[in-house]
Amino acid sequence: MTSKRVGLLFAAGSAIAVAAIAAFPIALRAQQAPAPQHPAATGDDGDVVVTLCDGKTNVPVKGLKPGEQMSHERALAFTRGIMADWQRKHPGEHWEMAQAESPSGAQPAAAASPAAASGPAIQQGDTYASFHERDYMVWQAETQKFVDFGNKVFHSDKLLGSTIGVSCDMCHPNAANTHPESYPKYQVQLQRVALLRDMIDWCIENPVKGVALKPDDERLRALEAYILAQRRGVPLSYGKH
Amino acid sequence: MAVRYKSVETRYMEERDRLMRAMPRLDRRAFLKVAAAAAGTVLAKGLLPPHTFQLVSVAEAAPDKTAAMAGSTGSGPFTFAYISDSHLYERTLNQRFVRAITKAVDDVNALDPQPDFVLYGGDLAQLGRPAELKMGAEILKAVKAPVKMMVGEHDWFYDMGEQWQDLFGPPNYSFDWKGVHVVVLMSVHEKDFWTPRGMTPAQRMQTVAGLDNAVQSRFEVGDDERKWLADDLSKVAHTTPLIVFSHSPLYKYYRNWNFWTDDAEEVQALLKAFSNVTVIHGHTHQMLFNQIDNISFYGMLSTAWPWPYAPEGLPPLTIQMNRVDPFDQFDGCGDGRNNVSAAGLVDSIYNLWDRNPVTVSANYLRSQGREAGPPAPQFASY
Repeated sequence: MTSKRVGLLFAAGSAIAVAAIAAFPIALRAQQAPAPQHPAATGDDGDVVVTLCDGKTNVPVKGLKPGEQMSHERALAFTRGIMADWQRKHPGEHWEMAQAESPSGAQPAAAASPAAASGPAIQQGDTYASFHERDYMVWQAETQKFVDFGNKVFHSDKLLGSTIGVSCDMCHPNAANTHPESYPKYQVQLQRVALLRDMIDWCIENPVKGVALKPDDERLRALEAYILAQRRGVPLSYGKH
Repeated sequence: MAVRYKSVETRYMEERDRLMRAMPRLDRRAFLKVAAAAAGTVLAKGLLPPHTFQLVSVAEAAPDKTAAMAGSTGSGPFTFAYISDSHLYERTLNQRFVRAITKAVDDVNALDPQPDFVLYGGDLAQLGRPAELKMGAEILKAVKAPVKMMVGEHDWFYDMGEQWQDLFGPPNYSFDWKGVHVVVLMSVHEKDFWTPRGMTPAQRMQTVAGLDNAVQSRFEVGDDERKWLADDLSKVAHTTPLIVFSHSPLYKYYRNWNFWTDDAEEVQALLKAFSNVTVIHGHTHQMLFNQIDNISFYGMLSTAWPWPYAPEGLPPLTIQMNRVDPFDQFDGCGDGRNNVSAAGLVDSIYNLWDRNPVTVSANYLRSQGREAGPPAPQFASY
């Protein structure tokens, strides 16, 4: 090793040592302050108290002390019990539950066993078989959010970038007369075969007098989403004039 | 489907260009032949273009010019024109709508003979701002014939009609004209939706300005004004022809877009006893007509932009205007003229810009479509 390198190593080593020494008191101090603990809440008898997901209902588990573990069956019975209690106290209110957690449904893995299945066996274990009701709800909510953003842009001359105060809904209330199901088709105003997004951009440049949106612009994608969403159920017929 | 695309208006303009280009090359005899042939064609097509070629003069009694100034108590046929739904923004923001309304003013000023009066059909401003209304008033001062103003929702809901009434007077009124009783209604009242939502005037106006905005209330004439109308009509004989100007249609076409008057049935009931009633309305920005019992309805064109036909509720008598070309600012827009016969029947001439004009006759409506109606579109809406 060259003396230069040795020198560098020594410098690095001493820097680390100095840093460690400097940190030592901090580490000591940290040890003196207790680490965050998450003890189970306890009730009057010292029993563990379980809080329902409404954030308000607290129910003690009789005989269970902090640190002890319940069996799976006991835990299921207990949670079903407090859920039933809640539903009794709130008649007519609906608590949305994921499929796997519903009191009536068994775990997906259990459904695979022929003994537990009541109908024909359903394939399990692949990607799409592993999604639940809650996942679909989330996806639907996300899609609707995107369509709602498209709705907002559609109705806003400012978001469209119009220089003359014109928005899409002025000629297309509820996206009427947009006919997304007829694309691709030859669009005479563009002098070529167009997709819906080409016509949207053309309209933004011409009647709306803004700047055409780039293909990956969130606004263009959202406008397309909103327009398509208004034509649910209409059969596709590309090339229709 | 033909590969070559030529719009109706392109074909019309080409035909007209061919005629104009051929004119200078004619000798006198040939010219007279052409003129007679053109006049014959115009008569045969039933066209009465108000300003393009004036080869045919309408065989009607000339309107009494002195009476035109002070309202008329004479009788006999007359003509009135309309300009409607201009939706003006201030000039600094938008020249397009200003250009359109001035085009309409030019059209109306070029009419020969001049109409007895010009109805302004409502929605002069887009967002009800005083500057927009004042600019509109200035532009309309250039109209030679007397102008009768009618209010639309875009004029009203920023300041609840304060500036409008300052400029143009009461929003509903009536007058008699050559044996016809004319009523101008304020038919775009809305039940208060803005106070519970804590909206500012600008927010209220923006809400009303959105056609497909489900937040606003449906249009109505309202109890007070219906009482006024009943009282006004009580002084009119049932044989007197009635013309009612209204911004909302006074019937129920399409609720979602407020092509609708909530108390339409009550208003129609007040008009039922009269033998001859015509309603001329704005708001719908399209060629639109209807007949309900004794009442004929004609929708006015907008100068600013055309609305599409609603997905449901279109009156069966309406012949749609052909698909609109978004490339042409003026397509689907225009102004119009109404010919009132001696009996008080009203024919409506839609002066569609960049297209052939279309005449819809009272006979077509009152015969429930048995008499010949206007030509059909090539592309109806879907």
